[in-house]
Amino acid sequence: MSALQTFFTVSGDAAAFLKMGGYAAYVWPAYAVFFIVLIADTVAPRVRRRRVLRELRARLARQQARQDRAGSNSTSTSPSL
Amino acid sequence: MANWIPLWLHKLGSPPTFYRFAGMLRPWAMALALLLGAVALYGGLVLAPADYQQGDAYRIIFIHVPSAEMSMFVYAVMGVASFIALVWRIKLAEVVAMESAPIGAAFTFITLVTGSLWGKPMWGTWWTWDARLTSELVLLFLFLGVIGLFHAFEDRRQGARAAAFLAIIGIINVPIVHFSVNWWNTLHQGSTVNIFGKSKMSWDMLWPLLTMMLATKFYYAASLFNRVRTDLLALEGGKDWVRKIAEDEADR
Repeated sequence: MSALQTFFTVSGDAAAFLKMGGYAAYVWPAYAVFFIVLIADTVAPRVRRRRVLRELRARLARQQARQDRAGSNSTSTSPSL
Repeated sequence: MANWIPLWLHKLGSPPTFYRFAGMLRPWAMALALLLGAVALYGGLVLAPADYQQGDAYRIIFIHVPSAEMSMFVYAVMGVASFIALVWRIKLAEVVAMESAPIGAAFTFITLVTGSLWGKPMWGTWWTWDARLTSELVLLFLFLGVIGLFHAFEDRRQGARAAAFLAIIGIINVPIVHFSVNWWNTLHQGSTVNIFGKSKMSWDMLWPLLTMMLATKFYYAASLFNRVRTDLLALEGGKDWVRKIAEDEADR
């Protein structure tokens, strides 16, 4: 069998496979829903995790800044008093 | 006698230990889910023959039945975790129950949609108020109710307790979904897979189905670990172990 023949046989098989015996309009959307929903279920907590850690870092940075300010105020103002 | 068991359980129940434990197991569970899922898809879509009555449309079974089984399995886990959370006030059980709800809702949604896509060519309708279909829809509303109630409270632990209570009451629906095809004369077909008896299905079709059922179990484990880890970080935001993770991941 030539390479060209093999190609057409395989693509013919693939076309028949994709047709799903005439039920392609039902079978493939069902599989698409299955994968889309589960991928969304996997991605959602990862996005939330990044947001949670980002917010926590921002809070820690604010706390740190407040402490620094309080510390520098006490040292800079006390000699002048 | 076996004093080490509660100690071991007690340690595992502590958030930082469970965070590490879940982080270690999650990639393996996901890898197994993907591997088994790929094998099951190849077996179901390519190797298994067409059905003599339903043609190729029956191939929806390889995702519909595992999702339906998972919708009940996840509900059962959520119910048990809710019970533990209410009785022993274990924080981790609360988190497991509340983080199971979205996964269960996802599987229930998949079950309803794939069932609808299967029903149209076989029954001639997308939907019918048949006992199996209706009780599965009620299961989706129960999952959504648990999620909604959990988020309806200002104090999240109070919300979790209210939602856990709803989850326990709703568990009555799980046997109704399961036995609906036996108790009522439904349009939905009876069970084809039987763990304790002979399944009414040829092995060529049965093994991909069972493999997919196993794959979805591992998927649930991976997804639950993923969600519980994230939720523990949010819950324990003030603790040192979470700060350390936040600082370590800032460099990336």
